[in-house]
Amino acid sequence: MPQHNRRCRGWRVGYPYTFGMATRGRPTLRMCLRRLLPFTLLICVALAHADQPGVPDTLQQRIAACTSCHGVHGEGSSGGGFFPRLAGKPSGYLALQMQNFQRGLREYAPMEYTVRLLTPEYMHEIAEYFAGQQVPYERKPVPTLTPSTLQRGEQLVMSGDPARQIPPCQACHGKQLTGTEPSVPGLVGLPYDYLSSQLGSWRTGTRASAAPDCMAQIANRLAPADITAVSAWLASRDVPADAHPQSAGSITPPLRCGVLQGQGGGA
Amino acid sequence: MRRWLWMPAVLWVIVLAGGWWLSQRHRQMQPELEDPVIAVMLKDPARIAKGHYLATAGDCVSCHTARGGQAYAGGRPLPTPFGNIPAPNITPDAETGIGNWKFRDFWHALHDGVGRDGEPLYPAFSYTSFTKVPHDDAVAIFAYLRSLPAVHQVNVPLGLRFPYNLRSTLTAWRAMYFKAGAYQPDPSQSESWNRGAYLVQGLGHCNECHAARGAWGGIEASTALTGGRIPEQDWYAPDLSTQANGGLQGWSRQDIVDVLKTGQASKGDAVGPMADVVANSTQYLRDDDLQAIADYLLSLPARAAPARVRSNLSAQSLTDRGSAVYGERCENCHGKDGMGIPGIYPPLNGSASVVEPTGINATRVVLLGGFPALAAGNPRPYSMPPYAQRLNDADVAAVVTYIRQAWSNRATGIQERDVATYRHTPID
Repeated sequence: MPQHNRRCRGWRVGYPYTFGMATRGRPTLRMCLRRLLPFTLLICVALAHADQPGVPDTLQQRIAACTSCHGVHGEGSSGGGFFPRLAGKPSGYLALQMQNFQRGLREYAPMEYTVRLLTPEYMHEIAEYFAGQQVPYERKPVPTLTPSTLQRGEQLVMSGDPARQIPPCQACHGKQLTGTEPSVPGLVGLPYDYLSSQLGSWRTGTRASAAPDCMAQIANRLAPADITAVSAWLASRDVPADAHPQSAGSITPPLRCGVLQGQGGGA
Repeated sequence: MRRWLWMPAVLWVIVLAGGWWLSQRHRQMQPELEDPVIAVMLKDPARIAKGHYLATAGDCVSCHTARGGQAYAGGRPLPTPFGNIPAPNITPDAETGIGNWKFRDFWHALHDGVGRDGEPLYPAFSYTSFTKVPHDDAVAIFAYLRSLPAVHQVNVPLGLRFPYNLRSTLTAWRAMYFKAGAYQPDPSQSESWNRGAYLVQGLGHCNECHAARGAWGGIEASTALTGGRIPEQDWYAPDLSTQANGGLQGWSRQDIVDVLKTGQASKGDAVGPMADVVANSTQYLRDDDLQAIADYLLSLPARAAPARVRSNLSAQSLTDRGSAVYGERCENCHGKDGMGIPGIYPPLNGSASVVEPTGINATRVVLLGGFPALAAGNPRPYSMPPYAQRLNDADVAAVVTYIRQAWSNRATGIQERDVATYRHTPID
């Protein structure tokens, strides 16, 4: 750098030079600029970086509003926390949930506020990000319950309660309860508090889905004690080695569900 | 003496009967058909396109669309200190919308604040500003609304408390706060300035948020664009002067254009309801209109220096705590110098949202985090974590107080109890 400066000090930045007509023996302005160019570029790049100290141009960096509660990889809050896991859930399901928060079908003020301005394209990109994350599950704490309660939970999940017209969870959420593409979420690996509050929300109408809203029907057929039983059993369940959702079209819903485009038989 | 006591009762009956007769007469006098000249205008595609642009500039869709509902079909409640006022269906459905309206009805509503049956309208419909919309623009907007698909959606009843649910109370309100009139161009100013003044004062109805309201929810002309608290929503719409002691002090023409176009400017981002305004309205404005708004806002006068508050700067222990929280939670993005990262994270030093008089905006942004406005110029913005779950009231008060008094900022401190209030503010 200093060398170039010294050599170019003899500039006569006069009228002729701007047209490239140089006095013989002296470096032209254009020549000097040519020599200086790489250095100038280097300085510019360095300055640009100094301006933006380490802000990666990644989606992960952009969605700090999401990851600060749901985890950088959508692993959900650790320990007994409330925030659900998003990692590996079907992207269609995740995008639909954001849309439902926007429309007010699903009510939870912090989520409604966070997603209120997002475009469908951005929500889709965010959903894809979390759907593509693979992180190990963490065993969540579960309240201590009697064996008969857990048994009732297992019964509801595996075979339902035909007397009350409650289909088994497995029928839609998959044999391994890891969800079904493109829009049925997995139920394993979620915190007990989150599961039980969601079932409560389906009953009180603070969570809803496209009509006919089959999950609302099912939640309303459950007895309050059933909610505890099924949530506890699900939360205490080990997550299978392959936690991917079942493939699309692999289920025959026992109820008519708007969210599944009306698939399924009668109630 | 006693025999005259029946007189007031009889007079009252006569007044009521007269009123009824007048209202019936008004109804009968409604023309059955649209004025033929107007009827032709309403079918003109160019006029409909102009109306679309103007309706966007006026952000009609934001109030007249329920969450998750069909555009312009109404149903969104506007919360006011007097109760909720739901916006009506303004699609051309004959039964539930404005399908049977003639332009004359629309003009009465927009210009005079009078409903189709002659009833005074609640000023939640900002006719206090829209009265400045000229006749031609009103025809275009009406033509656009009439071109929308008709949506059959019954209007939500008013949720006003007694006595505000009596429309007769509006007569007094209108006498105090409303005068129908047109925008009067200032011949000493440029055409662009006048266009900007019209957009800001009239169609854009900026004063409905950016001016303080009196006890009866009205706006005095003297407080125009000097900033105000948005009732029930707990956000503060800052003063819009760019000159000394103005809410946007130091903002350049480019900053004003940028924030309206993309939600971001070198001086700060649009937050809270303004982010919605950018997303639904101002990002779609033509550059000449954005420049016009800038022309007008740049001409707003300097403001009086705020009265010095005794012990303006807060206790050292509070500031220390705030500085510690800032270092731990905020500094990474907003920088030690509070300058943010241009185009990515907004500056806090000198930010209108940080130093506005109440501290509401900074407190709520710390609690809620979230995404700034998405606009065509900024479709994948960076976002901020919400701290409601991770910082207690005392820490939020400390860090907000710190950023309001650090660097060049000289605003008042925030109390723990304020944080508790805003923590429980409902969203929307």
